[in-house]
Amino acid sequence: MAVLELANISKHFGAIQAVNDVSISLQPGEVVGLMGDNGAGKSTLVKMIAGNFQPSQGTMKIDGKEIVLHRPVEARRHGIEIVHQDLALCNNLTAAANVFLGRELRRGFGPFGILDYASMYRRAGQLFADLKSETRPRDLIKQMSGGQRQAVAIARTMLSQAKIVLMDEPTAAISVRQVAEVLNHIKHLRDQGIAIVLISHRMPDVFSVADRVFVLRRGRKVADKLIASTSPEEVTGLITGAIEQV
Amino acid sequence: MAITLDQTIAQRQHSWKTTLFSSQTFWVVIVIILYALFLYLTTNAFGTSSNLYNITRNFTFTAIIALGMTMVIITGGIDLSVGSVLCFCSMVLAVTMHGDVQFGPYNFLAPIGLEGPYNFCAGGCSIYTGVTMALITALLVGAFNGTMIAYLGFPPFVVTLGMLSIARSFGMIASNNQTVFQFGPDHDKLLALGGGAWVFGISNPVIYTLVLAAITGFILRWTKFGRHVFAIGGNEHAATLTGIPVRPIKVAVYMFCSFTAGIAAIVETGWLGAVTTNIGAGMELQVIAAAVIGGANLAGGSGTAFGALVGAALIEIIRNSLGLLGINAFWQGTFIGGAILLAVLFDRVRNFRQSE
Repeated sequence: MAVLELANISKHFGAIQAVNDVSISLQPGEVVGLMGDNGAGKSTLVKMIAGNFQPSQGTMKIDGKEIVLHRPVEARRHGIEIVHQDLALCNNLTAAANVFLGRELRRGFGPFGILDYASMYRRAGQLFADLKSETRPRDLIKQMSGGQRQAVAIARTMLSQAKIVLMDEPTAAISVRQVAEVLNHIKHLRDQGIAIVLISHRMPDVFSVADRVFVLRRGRKVADKLIASTSPEEVTGLITGAIEQV
Repeated sequence: MAITLDQTIAQRQHSWKTTLFSSQTFWVVIVIILYALFLYLTTNAFGTSSNLYNITRNFTFTAIIALGMTMVIITGGIDLSVGSVLCFCSMVLAVTMHGDVQFGPYNFLAPIGLEGPYNFCAGGCSIYTGVTMALITALLVGAFNGTMIAYLGFPPFVVTLGMLSIARSFGMIASNNQTVFQFGPDHDKLLALGGGAWVFGISNPVIYTLVLAAITGFILRWTKFGRHVFAIGGNEHAATLTGIPVRPIKVAVYMFCSFTAGIAAIVETGWLGAVTTNIGAGMELQVIAAAVIGGANLAGGSGTAFGALVGAALIEIIRNSLGLLGINAFWQGTFIGGAILLAVLFDRVRNFRQSE
């Protein structure tokens, strides 16, 4: 059964039709590349899944149950985690503090519990080890490389039992070696049965980790192809409009 | 030998030694100790118990508010209104305890039959009422500042600049711009509260300051709230995205800052034994200076309660020493300003080294 199913989703802002009648379904453990030129509607679509926007039309189902998201917190409650493009990290805090940001572990009684530093360091350390990242829980974010920052943002999505992870341009603006690191993290999430939506402009990244690719152009889905049955040239053609639709 | 997970988790970027030596607060403490030693050896008066008593008491008024200011600065904000809030709260305390406060007549309310005059606390209210009123006043002012900043998106500088003007004006309205030096039936209690020394000859304000600093330090280091305060200062957008209730926390932080100004108002009123409407004038700059010298970064994201105390202590010891060394008091501003620049210069040098 599909973990996420969007049926005939549309979103318009006044007269502007940002997303037009898009249907998508996502299987557990599947990596899907979401591609399209600037203004194609990628961000709007992702923001609807993340609970930032509500669709103007259409329905969204998780595990076969229809849901309506009003706020990002509700998306998280349904098992949807997001790695934001700017990563949403606080430079002045440690890696562990960032992983647990907004979900801090405490010990003691109810509202008077104090921060449980030891448990947070331990759990964050395990997550980084799972990701095969060299990130250390006590290090400050401001002294980290781009790849390490990505690892922190990705570790955050592994805190709870996420079903779907949305990643917005995770490989933009980092070095080649760090890109390889991030792609490994994505494979690791996939192996745990998490469905991943990878928004990217970088063709090689999508072709190396994704199982399928969706292409959006001017708010419409113009392609939904298995990676094995397409080529970078074809996808480029679809993005630019040189190839109308498949 | 393979490195185990536990070793990685325990791995610290810095040992406690490097952390200490790279801390601005640590070097300010060293400066204070050396300067105190120098003053002790070169002047007769510095080491006397009465001078030490004076220094420790005088530094508290700045230090108490610097605790609240540090928390505001950690969120990346600023509160310019604390000096005026101190004045307003002092006046509320004073007129409540003095009693026979007349409000009105308000001619503009005559058409609806509310012109007054009203008598408030006839014969003088108790110290408990006075202190409660002063603290409620402080919390209301803080709630107003915080709401304007967090919910209406006003820049903190502008809101608190406005409040700097408003709060002092309210202080003048409350007292009719007169000096209050009679605090009604509980007069002696108030003076003992601020001017006494109940424990081991340590002046009371010092005790309050240490207790408040311990509470502030605990909140910042050990509570979820404190963690979120740092997160907001580090990256407010990230804090919002991760579901931190940014706006209520900001309101709470400004309320805490005003609250510390209210505490300082009560203590200072008790110590002085009289309130005029220019009490606390220009104090906001001294408080901000103390926070910054103690390591709070005006860009947000860093600062400690201990640092606030240390910064306030350095300012007070400079002020005290100029008198003892016979240096013209007009030099005071130069020395305090120099201390601010030196403290921040230190921070800059450290950053240059890191970025290389």
